[in-house]
Amino acid sequence: MGSVGAKDVPVLLSPEGLRIDGRKLDELRPIHIEAGALHQADGSAFVEWGANKVMAAVYGPREVHPRHLQQNNKAVIQCRYNMAAFAVDERKRPGLDRRSQEISKVIAEAFESVVFAEEYPRTSIDIYIEVLQANAGTRCAGLVAASVALADAGIPMVDLLPAVAVGKIGGAIALDLKKEEDNYGEADLPMALVPQSGRLVLLQMEGHMTEDELAQSLDLGVTGCRAIYEKMKLALRERYSVAPVPGGSA
Amino acid sequence: MSGEVAAEIRTTHILDLAAEGKRLDGRGVDEYRKVTVETGYVASADGSALVHLGDTTVLAGIKLEPGKPFPDTPNAGVLTTNAELIPLSNPTFEPGPPQPGAIEVSRVVDRAIRAAETIDLTRLCVTPEEKCWTCFTDVHVLDHSGNLIDASLLAAVSALAHTTVPAKRFGIAEADYALDVQHLPIECTFVRLGDVIVVDPTFDEEQAAQGRLTVATDETGRVVAMQKGLVGAFSPDDVKAITRRAFVHGERLRQVAKGGGP
Repeated sequence: MGSVGAKDVPVLLSPEGLRIDGRKLDELRPIHIEAGALHQADGSAFVEWGANKVMAAVYGPREVHPRHLQQNNKAVIQCRYNMAAFAVDERKRPGLDRRSQEISKVIAEAFESVVFAEEYPRTSIDIYIEVLQANAGTRCAGLVAASVALADAGIPMVDLLPAVAVGKIGGAIALDLKKEEDNYGEADLPMALVPQSGRLVLLQMEGHMTEDELAQSLDLGVTGCRAIYEKMKLALRERYSVAPVPGGSA
Repeated sequence: MSGEVAAEIRTTHILDLAAEGKRLDGRGVDEYRKVTVETGYVASADGSALVHLGDTTVLAGIKLEPGKPFPDTPNAGVLTTNAELIPLSNPTFEPGPPQPGAIEVSRVVDRAIRAAETIDLTRLCVTPEEKCWTCFTDVHVLDHSGNLIDASLLAAVSALAHTTVPAKRFGIAEADYALDVQHLPIECTFVRLGDVIVVDPTFDEEQAAQGRLTVATDETGRVVAMQKGLVGAFSPDDVKAITRRAFVHGERLRQVAKGGGP
């Protein structure tokens, strides 16, 4: 990806164990979540996560299009993950490619695991994720944004879905890879957690790690997800907290 | 459908208000919503601008890549404009091939950029017949609360006016340089609501509209593009009056595009 000519692989980990942006191995990039960022959607959220900028919107429950997807006993959950042409270094052709379609599918399935879809038979809950600026971890940022957007739309769910990618760089397991680490690292493992049950509803992996490293990665990812979970709840509280009424009773 | 009944009641209400010279959001008939432009919003783009026009939000990103000139214009670079009305931005948009509305926005924005000679295409030529820059303008509509054409062109020209040519990255020159923008076209859109013609329609006003007219002007006093849309009609006097108003608004919006600030 990224590099135009043949370049040397950058040093991803300093002798002191710090990463190229100065983070420790178990440190997340800065995350800012804004619930209710759009006006037309039933629910929405904007997530700025490191150099990622991702918008999510939720529409529904509403009529199902195309009609043949309609289910008589529950809502169908449809997801469209899309990347803007200018979101990456080398312009991406607009529209859905195979990567986007796969990500859309695994994200939809992750939400099917937590949304009380049986409450809305014969309807569709449509999730739209737009990556405006990409710097590794966009599916996780998209999941976090979509999850907050679902809550903003008032869709009943078991729990919010925090997500993060863990990877292996310079032989070490690291939380929340940025672009260079994703490009030149040895492994990438995105996951989404149901905090209440401690179970993962999205898990993918590419690269190579040992069994021990995998176990370590899962633990680190779960810890990371729990930290992100707090930020998601905070964003929703900010959106829906009512300013205290002067002189009102507590 | 209750939604359709509500829309009809809203349309009637908008038309009733317009007859008294009023609008649903309290604006005057010749008043734009609040406009802000934030350039350099996307770090991965060579130029970008996020435009808020009231509740409408549009993001334009510019990407330049080396390419080959078209055989019939061997001394010119290539310019393409594409607008995506993604389903995230409005409940009426569905995934799939571009809808006629999206194609219209793309083409009307592209036409203004081309006709105004916003970019001198000969300066995008590197080696005649062999190598030139291809300049992609991608407009992403994020929140469709009406008047996409004005917001999209404003985002596109604001982004172009703040674009860096990545000449060093592609090994074409020693250093990157600012893209030269010679003209700044601005489109102003009006809709008819009964006997009244209002500027900068909201989404609901567009649903109620009996005709839409967009006029693009540049800083030299030229009208560079026009587009009539929706069902409805305008008299030649209407068109003249609208053009005058488009020049006045265009002058102000151009300063917003140049400054990249409110």
